[in-house]
Amino acid sequence: MSILIDQNTKVLVQGLTGKTGSFHTNQALDYFGTQMVAGTHPKKAGSVWTADNGTELPIYANAAEAREATGADATVIYVPPAGAAAAIEEAIDAEIPLIVCITEGVPVLDMVRVKAKLDNSSSRLIGPNCPGVLTPEACKIGIMPGKIFKKGSVGVVSRSGTLTYEAVYQTSQVGLGQTTAVGIGGDPVKGTEFIDMLEMFLADEATEQIIMIGEIGGTAEEEAAQFLRDEAARGRQKPMVGFIAGRTAPKGRTMGHAGAIVSGGQGDAESKIAAMEAAGIRVSPSPARLGTTMVEVLKGV
Amino acid sequence: MNIHEYQAKAVLKSFGAPVATGAPVLTEDDIEAAIDSLPGPLWVVKSQIHAGGRGKGRFIESEAGEKGGVRLAFSKEEARQHAEAMLGHHLVTAQTSAEGKQVNRLYIEDGADIDRELYLSILVDRGTGQVAFVASTEGGMDIEQVAHETPEKILTLPVGASVSEEDAAALCDALRLEGTARQDGMSLFPNLYRAFTEKDMSMLEINPLIVMTDNHLRVLDAKVSFDGNALFRHPDILELRDTTEEDEKEIEASEWDLAYIALDGTIGCMVNGAGLAMATMDIIKLYGEEPANFCDVGGGADAAKVAAAFKIIMKDPNVKGILVNIFGGIMKCDVIAEGVIQAVKETNLSVPLVVRLEGTNVDQGKAILAGSDLNIIPADDLDDAAQKIVAAVKGA
Repeated sequence: MSILIDQNTKVLVQGLTGKTGSFHTNQALDYFGTQMVAGTHPKKAGSVWTADNGTELPIYANAAEAREATGADATVIYVPPAGAAAAIEEAIDAEIPLIVCITEGVPVLDMVRVKAKLDNSSSRLIGPNCPGVLTPEACKIGIMPGKIFKKGSVGVVSRSGTLTYEAVYQTSQVGLGQTTAVGIGGDPVKGTEFIDMLEMFLADEATEQIIMIGEIGGTAEEEAAQFLRDEAARGRQKPMVGFIAGRTAPKGRTMGHAGAIVSGGQGDAESKIAAMEAAGIRVSPSPARLGTTMVEVLKGV
Repeated sequence: MNIHEYQAKAVLKSFGAPVATGAPVLTEDDIEAAIDSLPGPLWVVKSQIHAGGRGKGRFIESEAGEKGGVRLAFSKEEARQHAEAMLGHHLVTAQTSAEGKQVNRLYIEDGADIDRELYLSILVDRGTGQVAFVASTEGGMDIEQVAHETPEKILTLPVGASVSEEDAAALCDALRLEGTARQDGMSLFPNLYRAFTEKDMSMLEINPLIVMTDNHLRVLDAKVSFDGNALFRHPDILELRDTTEEDEKEIEASEWDLAYIALDGTIGCMVNGAGLAMATMDIIKLYGEEPANFCDVGGGADAAKVAAAFKIIMKDPNVKGILVNIFGGIMKCDVIAEGVIQAVKETNLSVPLVVRLEGTNVDQGKAILAGSDLNIIPADDLDDAAQKIVAAVKGA
């Protein structure tokens, strides 16, 4: 089992015909035959996009027509920042259950508008500014490098793209492998926070351990820690390793990710680490020891 | 992106917010005309730097006098003396470094008769994903301190697509506004919200918002920053950028679309991805050294961009070693390796360099580095890389 996506997931691509969309769609098709079903482009409807391996994908005018024609149950967005929010709204209107927005640099107030629309919809949004979702040997949505994955038992959820790769690579190296890895994205306003993913990983039988990677800014890690404490009190608990990036970041500066900023007395690394440790998560001081720390936790060291 | 107080007030005024009459001073020649344009009897001479705490700040140079970065004058002559004393000198506040910031601009304003000082700000509440007002009767103070000591004196009010009558009334109640001040508030709050949303602000802070002795409201200080990701649709705002307030290396980095932040340590870092870049800084500290910078070259860097990043990092004279840490998902390791070699040659690199590569085409990348005759220390993982660069810097 896995969460969010599996080998049956049919994926639509918004922004397929651009350079980024084409590159990553080729990669996805090559990854255990991820079911990419169509693309959208307002002016290229009726045309066909041909992958490097010869796969032909139809282009539709919009997400609703593509869903109607293909039964897509997920969409991935590679649209540039200025149009990304509109692309998400189009996918919400098309009632696509899972929307993954890779685009970095979406204006925050666009996301405020999207979030309000999302709250009254049947869709879940992952991102924006995220690497996507990957279930090993089944389905790859987004830009994560497929080669580092190994089918296994660890659920990975992270605000950072490359730190997701670290967690995946290291859990593969130590032999544990992953059920699903989810990059929820580095923006201050995003579709999905830690809690929703943790709930899914706790409920997923195949997921035996969880790695959670946060960073400075906001209070999502503290809220996730409280959620985990409440769940543990109800007897739902899995071995967890955590990491928080940004211990050495100066206050008041945005550290690359729009959401990574310590401001207004909130969002520093120490309070997040303390909250996570209080919730029973083994927080690794080194981002290079996520895999080995999980092994230690499982051995009871 | 941050702007100066005088620019922020001009933006807010264009949305109908009440601000005092004032005149900016960009050079010494502007001082006299600025003072003469105001009626008196009270002139307020304010340092314009991108840092808070100006009033309580101190100038480094003795000729700037003992007073802080915001000074009151009761005659034109006194206003001129203050302006001349402050302009060009370095102001140290709680939010600047010990070296302070050079005051290159002043704002001279008509003084106000203050009855009460209030706090008002608008921001994006990350928890709810909504725009929210923060209001408090405790104006003129550090709001973080108020939040810590008397949280009951702060109202946080999330608002939807517009400010309703009820929202505005709730803010008036929280600020205890009556009579004309309440009337002012009922129109001011929706106007500020429009300014915030139409101009894609990321923060709008008015501290203090004052009730004057005539019971009208006035924006006495204003701090505004804009969402860098939305500037593409606001060319008018982009024109307000004052690059003299920014680090030279950070400006150059932004031209290359690199996220670079100068820090105080000795180990320069070049990393792909913001989270990994922060984690790389953290691990350097974990092994006993300090990072010289944050640098995220992003997901789509090519050899030229890597070379540019290298040159920017090397402009910092404190850098005694460089750690390159790339986990290539989209980026290919061989491309990175070529960029590193090109940069090392172009900059005549004289400090130790540790390179850790992982991901797509990693073997080709490592082979390219090993095949060069340059002194590059390879590393297998991030722990190994951090230990090697710290050892190299300490041994140097």
